[in-house]
Amino acid sequence: MAFSQQLINLFAALLLLIAFAMLSQRRILSLINLFALQGLMLSVSTAIVAWSSHQHHLYYSAALTLIVKVVALPWLLHRLIRKLDLKWDVETIINIPSTMLVGLALVVFAFNLALPISQLAGTITRSTLGIALASVLLSFLMMITRRQAVPQVIGFLAMENGLFFAATSATYGMPLVVELGIALDVLVGSFIFGIFFFHIRDTFDSLDIKNMENLKEN
Amino acid sequence: MEIILILGIPLLGGLLLAVFGGHRWAPELNVVMSLGTFVASAWLTARIIANGPITAYNEQFFIDPFNVFLVTLTAFVALTTALFSSPYMHNEAAHGKLSAGRLRLYHSMYQLFTFTMLLALTTNNMGILWVAMEAATLTTVMLVSLYRTPASLEAAWKYFILCGVGIAQALFGTILLYFAAEKVLGAGGTALLWTHLNVVKAQLEPTVLSLAFVFLLVGYGTKVGLAPLHNWLPDAHAEGPTPISAVLSGLLLNVALYAVVRSKVLVDGALGTHFAGNLLMGFGLLSLVLAAFFLSRQKDIKRLFAYSSIEHMGIITFAFGMGGSVATFAALLHMTMHSLTKSAIFFAVGHAAQKSGTQMMENIRGLIKTNPTIGWGLALGSLAILGMPPFGVFASEFMIITTAMHEHAWATPFILVALGVAFAAIFSKVQTMVFGETELPRLPHPPALVPVFVHLALVLMLGLYIPPYLADWYRQAAAMIG
Repeated sequence: MAFSQQLINLFAALLLLIAFAMLSQRRILSLINLFALQGLMLSVSTAIVAWSSHQHHLYYSAALTLIVKVVALPWLLHRLIRKLDLKWDVETIINIPSTMLVGLALVVFAFNLALPISQLAGTITRSTLGIALASVLLSFLMMITRRQAVPQVIGFLAMENGLFFAATSATYGMPLVVELGIALDVLVGSFIFGIFFFHIRDTFDSLDIKNMENLKEN
Repeated sequence: MEIILILGIPLLGGLLLAVFGGHRWAPELNVVMSLGTFVASAWLTARIIANGPITAYNEQFFIDPFNVFLVTLTAFVALTTALFSSPYMHNEAAHGKLSAGRLRLYHSMYQLFTFTMLLALTTNNMGILWVAMEAATLTTVMLVSLYRTPASLEAAWKYFILCGVGIAQALFGTILLYFAAEKVLGAGGTALLWTHLNVVKAQLEPTVLSLAFVFLLVGYGTKVGLAPLHNWLPDAHAEGPTPISAVLSGLLLNVALYAVVRSKVLVDGALGTHFAGNLLMGFGLLSLVLAAFFLSRQKDIKRLFAYSSIEHMGIITFAFGMGGSVATFAALLHMTMHSLTKSAIFFAVGHAAQKSGTQMMENIRGLIKTNPTIGWGLALGSLAILGMPPFGVFASEFMIITTAMHEHAWATPFILVALGVAFAAIFSKVQTMVFGETELPRLPHPPALVPVFVHLALVLMLGLYIPPYLADWYRQAAAMIG
């Protein structure tokens, strides 16, 4: 096994580990830092794939990830929570140990789902497709189990990380024009999320989603 | 050239209205921009009819009979909705419901929303299709919460999160598609181009494609409003301003379904089985039946017609799932009919709600006495959407049901029962709103009902007579979809 492949596997494992850490993290501030760290892992592993496979456009993706997901979005989120004065811990719907157990099951499921595809992958990073799918599902789980708007959004962004990792690990990245479009969407989406936080807080005096469960079929 | 205009005019309109959108004449500027887009799309259509499918700009854009009819439909409904929106928004502003800043946001986003839908329709790149669909969510989410009421914020948040998660699944599907395509077409720009994929679809890896289709269907299906992923749809339709309900229902759902059908063509070619069709039939039937039974429980008029949209999207999805030239023809026809009829209904509903000051159906009474045109608009629109002959919806539903009887007899009772339940629910509710007694005064301003009757006249015409070029067009598209 080549050295670069081992490195990529290492970063893939770290990515998954951070996804679990985010699942168990109660504090919003640490959650944002973990998200930035996950972005960094993603950026580094993309750069390694670019280096070992000589796919030069992946360097741009790595740089884009670094700028958007490690610098811009965490900075934006930090500013937001300072402005919104959010200091409390995150409430979860299911307690954390059970969430972790569900997370484990999801990882097994993701690996099984990705198995037939991984065998087809000719890229050096093929064993990581399962990890990518697992981190997408874990972020999804995080979105479901959190009651506040900010952690839900971080879950959403972490899901985007997992998808991006799937793109690099299975295919050496999408065409650049598509990647730019995706990055633009994520950025615009985050701005809108930010504006939303203010609207929600101004209307409900809190960012707790349980205030927003009135629209139901009766 | 036409493509530049079709995409450039709404983009320019979005930028202009971002600056001038709060002015008194902004609604009219919105109409002018939409008119420009419609003229450009009519021009493009004329060229496609004359010369057949084209690709443009390094094959980044691809226009064939399937999407050109949707481009025209989108531009047309965007124009009539802008016409309806102009007096509607003047009235909302006059009642102090919306400030100049909100109006600016509304008009700018209206144009950008048109832009994203047209981009999704014209692009040849499955990745850009995804980007445009996500952008369509982003442009409309602020419009759903335009009134900033608690309920509208909740609806917008739900819309944002659900469609965001859904669309993320579609991105995973797109990645898988690229993964399969790259093996055949090589890495780089062409592996996501639909025209290239369509040529080599038989060589694409079947296991990967079937998994990709599941993700794409779940992702774009969330935006189509297919059950059980339809939760955002009634809320977003009910809480947003009425012109937005009209374009969401009449256009966005169509565009999302377009994305699903484009993927289906590739998957069918790769698998050679009826896997994709079966999935579509299942989801379609479920949506149809579920929505029909929810209809009778609705109290809010816009929620009622939102559920009716889910019902009709279910029928169309089911028809695409059955496949074959007749069912696909009927599905395309039904897409057109639904889009025209449903937006017409929402225009009438918008005025009815403005007049009564509420969206609750129990407080809307006797429309035909005080404002006969609104009453007739709502009554005729409802009859049309319920599939009464001679309106066009009858023709498409009839074709779908007869095909189902021939090929999938087990499904026919479900469809008939669902349509019957929907008929009873909508008819009884609309009847009391249109007739019935009322003390409410007339609507103080003249309603903008020309779009309603133009749409209904078109639906009526298409029910009686489909012009040969249009039929030919549907047939070509149906042959391509298979």
